[in-house]
Amino acid sequence: MFDYNFHWRPVMKSLPDLLEAGLVTLQVAALSMIIGIVIGLALALIRMHMRGPVKWLASAWVELARNTPALFQLFFFGFGLGAVGIHMSPYVIVLSALSFNCAGYLAENFRGGFQAIPDTQLRAARSLGMTVWQSYTRVIIPQVFRIVYHPLTNQIVWAVLMSSLGMLVGFRELSGETQALASRTYRIFEYFAVTAVIYYVIVKIILGASRLLAARLFRY
Amino acid sequence: MIEIRGLKKFYGSLEVLKGIDLDVPKGEVLSVIGASGSGKSTLLYCINGLEPIQEGSVKVDGTDVHAKGTDINELRQKMGMVFQQWNSFPHLTALENVALAPKIVKKKSRAEARDIATRQLQHVGLGDKLNVYPSALSGGQQQRLAIARALAMEPDYMLFDEATSALDPELVGEVLDAMRLLADEGMTMICVTHEMGFARDVSDRVTFFHEGILEEIGTPAEIFGAPKSEHLQKFLSSIR
Ligand SMILES: Nc1ncnc2c1ncn2[C@@H]1O[C@H](COP(=O)(O)OP(=O)(O)OP(=O)(O)O)[C@@H](O)[C@H]1O
Ligand SMILES: [Mg+2]
Repeated sequence: MFDYNFHWRPVMKSLPDLLEAGLVTLQVAALSMIIGIVIGLALALIRMHMRGPVKWLASAWVELARNTPALFQLFFFGFGLGAVGIHMSPYVIVLSALSFNCAGYLAENFRGGFQAIPDTQLRAARSLGMTVWQSYTRVIIPQVFRIVYHPLTNQIVWAVLMSSLGMLVGFRELSGETQALASRTYRIFEYFAVTAVIYYVIVKIILGASRLLAARLFRY
Repeated sequence: MIEIRGLKKFYGSLEVLKGIDLDVPKGEVLSVIGASGSGKSTLLYCINGLEPIQEGSVKVDGTDVHAKGTDINELRQKMGMVFQQWNSFPHLTALENVALAPKIVKKKSRAEARDIATRQLQHVGLGDKLNVYPSALSGGQQQRLAIARALAMEPDYMLFDEATSALDPELVGEVLDAMRLLADEGMTMICVTHEMGFARDVSDRVTFFHEGILEEIGTPAEIFGAPKSEHLQKFLSSIR
């Protein structure tokens, strides 16, 4: 017989704590996206334009990030580096693992985006006297950005959800906080149900904001 | 003045330009004709430094385009180029397309750059399309936009690489008119073209390229009226 009695009062009382932890989740996801975009762009450009060891390293990064479990990547930055004497705070561990993962995924998206832009765009920009840097930042990358915009949105959602693994290395983001509070009160189900709703709302807000931003950014 | 001496260009082991000597004085309109693959586009790319060269030299107003110390970005501001493929920047409006380089390369103020852009677009008949994105422009309009974009840098030379050959026939005229206008205003122009009518009526001289060699050069009357080389005679009869 199903005789579990729901008690929502404890979880409602900790709602402010949970929401605060939700902000931590959002922060670590957003930061890792920014880092991931910068490194992902660099990885894509290196793989397209360079040869030798630097290119191999970039390729290895992308391969590992995309083809191994995210959990292992997190453990590598936590326990793996810990084992060789590199100890980082849980926050930095999660941020590093997320950034590593995002950069790898985004690098492939960026590469596809760059390949979709005809060479003639670069030639046209250079023929006007723009430097390579100006040509990329003002002409090429804005177009690539539009192509990768939706994959980028998916990636930030993924970063929010993946950050929940952080609780396994002792990080008090939304899931870690929930775990800690729930085990104190034994209302495990209630806590995780409410937290699931918070995740859902965060993701919906991101998707909505992304849609609004796209309408503003891409008028062509 | 553009001075080309002993210019050789290879793509890998393929010799595409086999020692070109050519002077283009200020104010001249020079048309370049020749079969597909004869190296006409490559010549233009070598003139504005978009392609490196293996031998010889290209000088623009005395500055060696391919020398190590040359500031190529500055030199390119003297040479506008219009390509065969329309390559307006799709993420920018017509006005922004034209204003971009004056703003970021010449460091003009925003207002000044918009002024220049508006004037150039009006000049090529796109005054009513300032805030339109290229996707809403026809091929002919996009090529005129490309001309306006190049002119906004106030170049002393204009290089045209078959500006009309990707266009529907009914759109060719408007682009040729814009080029004609420019020629009348005294612009120095090198026009790679398949439009023999344009080459005959507008250019001061015409040069014929054959397999990477500048085979013949002369006035339109000489080239079209009394072609000397056998290849040129064959080429002309093939397109008539
Ligand atoms: N990037 C490149 N790499 C290798 N070979 C090239 C490259 N660009 C051009 N070529 C070759 O160089 C030769 C000359 O090409 P070019 O484009 O200058 O000819 P063209 O006279 O402009 O011809 P078309 O009338 O078809 O435009 C051709 O054989 C072409 O295949
Ligand atoms: Mg060509």
